[in-house]
Amino acid sequence: MERHLDHDLKDLSDRLLRMGRLAETAVEHALAALLAGAHRVPEEEPEIDRLQIDIDHRVVALLALHQPVAADLRLLLAVTRIAAELERIGDQAVNLAGSAARLEQAGPLPLAPELFRLGRLACQMVHDSLQAFLERQPELARQTLEQDSEADALRDSIFDAVRQDIARDSAQAPAALEALLVAKNLERVADHATNIAEDVLFWLTGEDLRHLHPVADR
Amino acid sequence: MHAGEAMNVPECCQNIQPAPATRAGADSAAKIVVQGLNAWYDRRQVLFDIRLRVPDRQITAIIGPSGSGKSTLLRVFNRLHETVRHTRVEGIVLLDGENIFTLDPRALRQRVGMVFQVPNPFPKSIFDNIAFGLRINGLRDHLAERVERSLRRAALWDEVKDRLHRPATELSGGQQQRLCIARALALEPEVLLLDEPCSALDPVSTARIEELLITLKDTCTPVLVTHQMQQAARVSDFCYLLLDGRVIEGQPTRQLFTTPRDPRTEAYLTGRYG
Repeated sequence: MERHLDHDLKDLSDRLLRMGRLAETAVEHALAALLAGAHRVPEEEPEIDRLQIDIDHRVVALLALHQPVAADLRLLLAVTRIAAELERIGDQAVNLAGSAARLEQAGPLPLAPELFRLGRLACQMVHDSLQAFLERQPELARQTLEQDSEADALRDSIFDAVRQDIARDSAQAPAALEALLVAKNLERVADHATNIAEDVLFWLTGEDLRHLHPVADR
Repeated sequence: MHAGEAMNVPECCQNIQPAPATRAGADSAAKIVVQGLNAWYDRRQVLFDIRLRVPDRQITAIIGPSGSGKSTLLRVFNRLHETVRHTRVEGIVLLDGENIFTLDPRALRQRVGMVFQVPNPFPKSIFDNIAFGLRINGLRDHLAERVERSLRRAALWDEVKDRLHRPATELSGGQQQRLCIARALALEPEVLLLDEPCSALDPVSTARIEELLITLKDTCTPVLVTHQMQQAARVSDFCYLLLDGRVIEGQPTRQLFTTPRDPRTEAYLTGRYG
């Protein structure tokens, strides 16, 4: 039996996935520009922000009008949380663009292959977490959670390499510090993807996995 | 009617969580325990192997679609079901550990009061609606005090104290229902059964009854049958879902309405059942 609410939930999910695609694209493009030595302001950012507000308003209306329970209620909570994560992913793309702008003065980006690897992993995690939402696949969401430690390890190895670069040649410090910031921003993207995967699992299974994995922030 | 044997927990009852706790987290004993309860109208079986626990001094809601057996279950609790011809009940219903089928029905109904769907005040004054039940149960002393106490507990005193001897039928629908609750409370029941008590009331009267129910927990154990799921969500501490005469799931209300375990509960709560 198709319910009136189902149409609204489908529309809401479509908007969230559109926001997700924009956030994913924003990071991919910002990273590609950064690695190519170009400066690109993420043009997706205003639309991401607009969609977050739009989605939140729709969630408030659905809560007030339909008083949903069970999976419907969990979906609405998950959608509003995921929208907040995606908005922050958009912010990380802006941060990457900031690093690209500063590198025009500071010189070429060191550790580009490692940063590319971390960036690709983070983008894949965002993609997988959204795919888990789209396809209602708890297993894919769990796989995304497991990748977080890989992102943390990559970031740690980049931090160590930056430290060694600066110790070896302090003249490289400005560019090396940008590499450190980029690593931090990309690892944050992976963290947001992890949070999205947790929200997807909360919707699909009712499990609350937040704050259960060890904190590995630096 | 006979006492049922202890049985293994069937599949249909495996979603019933034992020892429900209050919203504040404290554990409490069961006021009513139902084991292997079956009920029939003529040859038609309407309740199937019901097993549940009603925690003391908490509000238990029984939800389910029309015809699921929830009103029948409620009427078994004070043995009203048996007053209908050609009905039959098997199984055990324990009230504080005593099988209710071994108790005198009239004494049981003093301990287990009932409020019905449509307010049914007697064609008497407001005062006499309360006093009547007290008198026929031999409680003739301090009558005025008892009437006032019952009306206060039912949150009706302030509205009727100046017209106690006016006909009860002059009251609004919501006031009449609170009068019926006051009438039931006058006998100081341990359990108060409420069968769709707000279905004939407007939202404001419904809200007043719901607030009243929450205050009643201090002195008795309300058991609420309702097809309004949001009402069960708002007022109850523990909630059972009945479908086709079977208990599908029983959980603390917060869990049932956020993370139900049985897919049939999920389907019913989200309007996808049937």
